Amino acid sequence: MSNVLKKIYISLIFIFLYAPMAVLIVLSFNASKSRSKWGGFTFKWYAKLLSDSSIMEALITTLMLALLSSIIATFIGTIAAIAITGLKKSTRTLMMGITNIPMLNAEIVTGISLMLLFIFFKIKFGFTTILLAHITFNIPYVILSVLPRIKQLNPSAYEAAMDLGASPFKAFFKVVFPDILPGVFSGMLMAFTMSIDDFIITHFTKGAGVDTLSTKIYSQVRKGIDPKMYALSSVIFITVLILLILVNLLPNAGKKAKTKK
Amino acid sequence: MKNKFVKWLSLPYALWSMAFVIIPLLMVFYFGLTDKSGKFTISNILSISLPVHFKSLLIALLLSLISTIICLLLSYPLAMILSSMNSGNNRLMILIFVLPMWMNFLLRTLAWQTLLENEGVINTILRAIHLPGLKIINTPYAIVFGMIYNFLPFMVLPIYNVLCKIDKNLLNAARDLGANEIQTFLKVTLPLSVPGIISGITMVFVPALTTFVISDLLGGSKILLIGNVIEQEFTLNSNWNLGSGLSIVLMLFIVISMIITAIFDKDGEGSAL
Repeated sequence: MSNVLKKIYISLIFIFLYAPMAVLIVLSFNASKSRSKWGGFTFKWYAKLLSDSSIMEALITTLMLALLSSIIATFIGTIAAIAITGLKKSTRTLMMGITNIPMLNAEIVTGISLMLLFIFFKIKFGFTTILLAHITFNIPYVILSVLPRIKQLNPSAYEAAMDLGASPFKAFFKVVFPDILPGVFSGMLMAFTMSIDDFIITHFTKGAGVDTLSTKIYSQVRKGIDPKMYALSSVIFITVLILLILVNLLPNAGKKAKTKK
Repeated sequence: MKNKFVKWLSLPYALWSMAFVIIPLLMVFYFGLTDKSGKFTISNILSISLPVHFKSLLIALLLSLISTIICLLLSYPLAMILSSMNSGNNRLMILIFVLPMWMNFLLRTLAWQTLLENEGVINTILRAIHLPGLKIINTPYAIVFGMIYNFLPFMVLPIYNVLCKIDKNLLNAARDLGANEIQTFLKVTLPLSVPGIISGITMVFVPALTTFVISDLLGGSKILLIGNVIEQEFTLNSNWNLGSGLSIVLMLFIVISMIITAIFDKDGEGSAL
């Protein structure tokens, strides 16, 4: 394939992936409430955003869920990843098999299975049930991103630290932890993203009165999406985009990443 | 780090998985194999043979197969191009595919309505250049479109990861020994990328087969997939037993694809992370 063809192909896929983002950003400036009519340029949806208490409430719920579930999942998942490498082979295979269940299983099945669990044990549906569900599907992302880091570790380093008089605890935090930290961090970021973007599992585990941005949008599908949602999504998207560009382009951050490799 | 203390560290996760992964799945079987009064029955599972349910399963299988194949055909060349340009910037690649996730999944899919509608963006462009318009919104084609859009990254990333790991010396060796580009691809690259392909296929097929959102948003709620039927049993009809019974049937297909993945991808080489 010639280079031009390659570039055209990549561009087409890129347009395919990012066309909806462009549409949503354009719609956030659309004065008409309709999704298919252009009613002129406006900033009013952005201006009204902060004073819409129900959207702000959903935003806070979404962020709280993502923050709490990714932190708790990172905690449980990192400890689990360290423990899994120390298990004997048969137990390790079993644990990895269980870890893969939420990753490979259909989200609808994960969602309804948790819903049935909460129904069966008469647990009241609400923020807690969504949080438990999010932690559950987030742990595997953490484990799978920490495990390769642990496999790359030099086991002698930990033993050397102990030989030199460090307690197991100190040896872990001074020697092992800094090496697996990038894995822990990328696992947590992945978990946070997954939690923010989740709709299906939240749909089945949420109670009346609690809404995330996803479930709120879903409830608006029939009667028409509130254009403030487009504005909010655009703000979130652009913020993340800018953050990513900064992290990737900042000369110092780039150098650090390279020397680590 | 093989000491007794480390082993005990796996306990919290083991307990968590037991409570929120294993027991919930057992619940699906419990509800699926009982009726409303709690008596054992297999009628929930057998109800898959009802025309409405069976049709929804067949349509879901058909649409998810088509989207999986198209995803594979689109992704393989893309993954090859990306891995050949690979300058070690693996992270940036993944970011490009993860970034859209920060725009809400439902809104992203709804945006395709605006694009695909009869008076939508794509048709307006087509008409402007005097081409016939497309009538695909609220048809199965739109659902396939949505599936490809949402699940394409799950196919690209595993194939890309496997292709990046292929030793370039193998390709050079094949060429030195007289293989042309096509032979090198068929005899070296393709066989080595099988784990990535298989893992990509499951990662696209399972969510596509079981979706209810994409068919809801792009199919104009006229086309019911098996996922829609199950979702309605749970949320509209509150018939958890029937919904669970149908989920057990659905899980059969998921388990089959998991087994296939396990056979082809023993070391987890094809995983997306």
